Amino acid sequence: MDSELLVRLILLLPLAGALFSGVLPLFLPQLRTSEGLIGTVSTAAVALPFAFAVYLFATFSGDPIITSYFTWMAAGDLSIDFAYRIDELSLIMLLVVTGVGSVIHWYSTGYMHGDSGFWRFFAYLNLFIFAMLNLILANNLPVLFLGWEGVGLCSYLLIGFWYTDLSNSAAANKAFIVNRVGDFAFLLAMFFLFREVGALDFGTLLAEGPGIDTTVLGFIVLLLFIGATGKSAQLPLFVWLPDAMAGPTPVSALIHAATMVTSGLYLLARLSPMVLEVPHIMMIIGIVGAITALMAATIAMTQNDIKKVLAYSTVSQLGFMFMAAGVGAFFVAIFHVVTHAFFKGCLFLCSGSVIHSMEHVEHDLEAKGHNMAGFDPQDMRTMGGLKDYMPSTRWTYLISTLAIAGIPLLAGFFSKDEILFKSFELGYSGAFYGYVVWGIAAVTALLTAFYMLRSYMLTFEGEPRWPDADTVHPHESPASMTIPLWILAGLSIVGGYIGLPAVIQGGDLNWIHHFLGEPYGGPVHELKDLATVPLALKWGLVGLGSLIAIVGAYIGYRAYRPGQAMAYDTALQNRLGGLYTFWDAKYHIDDFYNEVIVDGLMDTSKKVLQPMDATLIDGVVNGVAALSQSVSNGVSRIQTGLIQNYALMLVLGVVLVLGLMMVGA
Amino acid sequence: MDFAALTSLVIFLPLLGALALLALPSAESIKWTALGTTLLTFVASIGLFMGYDPSVSTAEMPQMAHVVGGWFPDGVDVKYFVGIDGLNILLVLLTTLLGPIVVLSSWYYIERNHKGYYALLLLLQTGVTGVFMAFDLVLFYVFFELTLIPMYFIIGIWGGEDRIYAAIKFVLYTLVGSLLMLAGVLFLGYAAGSAQGIGFTTDWYNLIDYTIPLGTQTWLFFVFALAFAIKVPLFPLHTWLPDAHVQAPTGGSVILAGVLLKMGTYGLIRFCLPFFPNAAQSAAVLIAVLAVIGIIYGALLARVQPDAKKLVAYSSVSHLGFVVLGIFAFTTEAMQGAVIQMINHGISTGALFLLVGMLYERRHTRLMEDYGGLASSVPVLTTFMILSVLASAGLPGLNGFVGEFMILLGSFKSTVLDSTTLVALATSGVILAAVYLLHMVYNTFFGELTHTENAEMTDMTMREFVLMAPLAILMLVMGFYPQPFLNQTQPTTDFLLETIEAKHIAAIEAEQEVPVSAVHSEDTEAEPAPLFDSMPTALRTAASSSPASLSPTR
Repeated sequence: MDSELLVRLILLLPLAGALFSGVLPLFLPQLRTSEGLIGTVSTAAVALPFAFAVYLFATFSGDPIITSYFTWMAAGDLSIDFAYRIDELSLIMLLVVTGVGSVIHWYSTGYMHGDSGFWRFFAYLNLFIFAMLNLILANNLPVLFLGWEGVGLCSYLLIGFWYTDLSNSAAANKAFIVNRVGDFAFLLAMFFLFREVGALDFGTLLAEGPGIDTTVLGFIVLLLFIGATGKSAQLPLFVWLPDAMAGPTPVSALIHAATMVTSGLYLLARLSPMVLEVPHIMMIIGIVGAITALMAATIAMTQNDIKKVLAYSTVSQLGFMFMAAGVGAFFVAIFHVVTHAFFKGCLFLCSGSVIHSMEHVEHDLEAKGHNMAGFDPQDMRTMGGLKDYMPSTRWTYLISTLAIAGIPLLAGFFSKDEILFKSFELGYSGAFYGYVVWGIAAVTALLTAFYMLRSYMLTFEGEPRWPDADTVHPHESPASMTIPLWILAGLSIVGGYIGLPAVIQGGDLNWIHHFLGEPYGGPVHELKDLATVPLALKWGLVGLGSLIAIVGAYIGYRAYRPGQAMAYDTALQNRLGGLYTFWDAKYHIDDFYNEVIVDGLMDTSKKVLQPMDATLIDGVVNGVAALSQSVSNGVSRIQTGLIQNYALMLVLGVVLVLGLMMVGA
Repeated sequence: MDFAALTSLVIFLPLLGALALLALPSAESIKWTALGTTLLTFVASIGLFMGYDPSVSTAEMPQMAHVVGGWFPDGVDVKYFVGIDGLNILLVLLTTLLGPIVVLSSWYYIERNHKGYYALLLLLQTGVTGVFMAFDLVLFYVFFELTLIPMYFIIGIWGGEDRIYAAIKFVLYTLVGSLLMLAGVLFLGYAAGSAQGIGFTTDWYNLIDYTIPLGTQTWLFFVFALAFAIKVPLFPLHTWLPDAHVQAPTGGSVILAGVLLKMGTYGLIRFCLPFFPNAAQSAAVLIAVLAVIGIIYGALLARVQPDAKKLVAYSSVSHLGFVVLGIFAFTTEAMQGAVIQMINHGISTGALFLLVGMLYERRHTRLMEDYGGLASSVPVLTTFMILSVLASAGLPGLNGFVGEFMILLGSFKSTVLDSTTLVALATSGVILAAVYLLHMVYNTFFGELTHTENAEMTDMTMREFVLMAPLAILMLVMGFYPQPFLNQTQPTTDFLLETIEAKHIAAIEAEQEVPVSAVHSEDTEAEPAPLFDSMPTALRTAASSSPASLSPTR
């Protein structure tokens, strides 16, 4: 089959799907309730591209397929085409986006059933896929940026999907604006690159980019990284992601866990040869990733909203990916992107299933005359014991919890272990920050296992904590939701085998490294000249990694074992005191932004600029005007005034002309 | 086919329509005639678009030029001279496109004195298209002033409560600038004419053929630039704009934001840069600083307005800052960006004013606090608003991004501006634009319907849909496929930048041949002297050299 045609179809099908579900129902109201039709078309618009992607992957020869459609804009040296690139890196991302995307679309047909905005939801979701495909398939930075901002737009539309609740819209605004701060840096990076090499396509950038003067290149990579911290929710711009949970849960799974938030990593991996030229910036990337991971993990420990736990855990896992990038192991970052898409996608979808059934509980309780004010179907404090009612959700949640915790042989174990190893290896080779990253990563891994087990135990084990639990029971979700859960859970088990560590398998047979890595012909470069870690030490590290995960998970299990309910939370609170409160307050970063930056700008505008505009600048003008005419109301009198002015000006003008002519002569 | 008459037809058809209106009895017939006239003009302007061939050089003569002269005695080369080149073709089309849209938007909004309103609207259109197509400086000036009077009455008669104040402010501001410019026009015409042996000429092609001594350039540039800067408006000359916008009826605001402001930026490109390249480059940093202040200042003030229309008005100050920055970067990328951004701003800000006007027509308030939750009652209008807001905020894939991106990219590499910081500050405008525009959407369209009046609000009517649809389509087309438009303007942009560069060098060489001062002869060599340094030189030159010392470049 013609691969160019396939690329075209992969891109256009989701767009067509978005137009079908988004534009037609605007004019044909009866379509809005045709859930079957809209759900099927939208899911097919992602599933077909997945099938094509599989075909492209299976037949991929190793040479990038570059297709260029038409010129977007050109002027002077600038020439940007709508050009797309299929290579190892974009193929992996393409498979994840369309594969996980299809599953989540399918799940959404069940989850969004009965919502009056069903059609709108699928239009946004398809549009998101289209934008995401532009992002990962682009062959130049501006088209990537088109996708980058496009996914941001869809994220905005979907976070604020239930717009009658203003807090949702506020979260949407926050996400868009914080991301724009990152985009600002991204734009500047493009301007720098264009000034330095005169082009923005990846071919030129990868050939000439690494040769840019190190100081300037350092700036460029730093700016790209700041751009990445916006999209991928790292310090200092991670604040939007937890709020973004206001969107429907499939959105959290697709956009805010599996795909969009990993774009920052994709960007750095795509430009990895440039990043590798500036080790001092790599250190910043690694350390920022490590601190973000640790910080988000500590916050996650204090959260009671099941989606908030997962949100902070996403921030933390993204931190792991940036650690990998920071130690020069970009293929490992992408490996973790893949496994994370599986288990975090699954976790979020499970939480959606839980929230759905807790909403039913709320509904039933209300029908029984309970006052449900203050009841939150996302609050784990009123859950418990769900395993008896929701077996599929429970098992899939447990599997992916163990996977993210890094329990050996599950997907998360392999990718996380590789991150730990790569940072250790860098430290071993002499760059001290490698050890720092490794140390923080190890601690964070322990916390991760702990808080994820906490969320599992509080939700599914023990006794139900909602009122009237004897008579009011939650229900398992329909098959359209549980089958997707099982698919992702299955992938969370086996997904790690694409990156089986060489030390386990022997030789250098790590598949994903082979596929992506530059020494093997792939597009993702990596740090070279690393010292060889002795084999025994390697095994020791694998053992240590396993131990950390198992110990963390066990502590989590013990602390929240059946019968204990929330007791350990109180104990932890008492033991940690102010520290716990500080974690719970999210390190006051949001408060800092709101009170210092937002309020500061607002106050300046309102109390300084606005009066200045009205008095100082306008005052001068009004003063001048008052000299020549008095204020009057009637049009006729104004006209006289105007003519007087006109005359005055004319006289002034003539005097000036004469004066100038005399000077000129 | 004789295209020459077509240019004049596009200019004067609205005027004929305006005269015809005066004889009509009923409001209905007046409205339909106005609509018919503007539609016909638009169709005629499509003819201009088809007839214009970017591959044919306009270095000697504009395309489809129409020249009528001979009214003045020998030695005074002032004539009716209009034509089309890459710089004005899109602006003319934008003007003629907005014509019928504005008429449709005024259909029920204007409730009294229809005859006067529509006649003035049509007269205004003649003025604006004339401004864009004039290739004679005096003719340009006449059209430039012609736009003033109808706009004054449109604001002053059909405006809001403070319309008189706003109208006078608008006129005073503009007059100060334009009368000074008139002085400049006369001086320039006399100077260039003498040098060429004619006596007086304001033919654009004659004027760009002559190199003006550095010192004279400085003050002439200042006089022209001031007039255009007021029109743009450039910070701190912007305070007439929010008042004029808020008070003007919707149609007036659309014309004002859509095309009247572009007369300023157009004038800068058409006249200031090629006439006075050295002075323009010396002043570039200063003007770019003002433009960047305008970008940020306008955005911050937009954010704190409780009045939606005022918010959009301040957003214009911010957006036009980008255009001015692009003009003074002197790179192809930025200049092309500026030209295309003029069109983009006309489309997206025009759309925003139309939509705010539709809300006003329904509820007779522009305060955002009187709305809230409109997405539930007027979903179609909300969809259009979000699209326009995104276009205005520069989302890639919509029109606003293309211009902004090219402007910033081109300014960043500009050797004239040579300031990373300045462009970085300008780029922060993309954050602020999202801040104030999303704030408006949030307050107006999202949340619960808190006011009962809003719940019964009718969604967009067919008439409103028809007038918004072309703008919405253009936002998408110019966002994804702007290249056909860029191709139209490219040759003229190249020609102008080449002319500017050639004249820039010629003026410095001329200066070196006849050094005005031994002290200053050395530092004028390669680099243009910064504005402040050249001031004393300017005064000296103006005093010591007669216009006859002007020398041709080729």
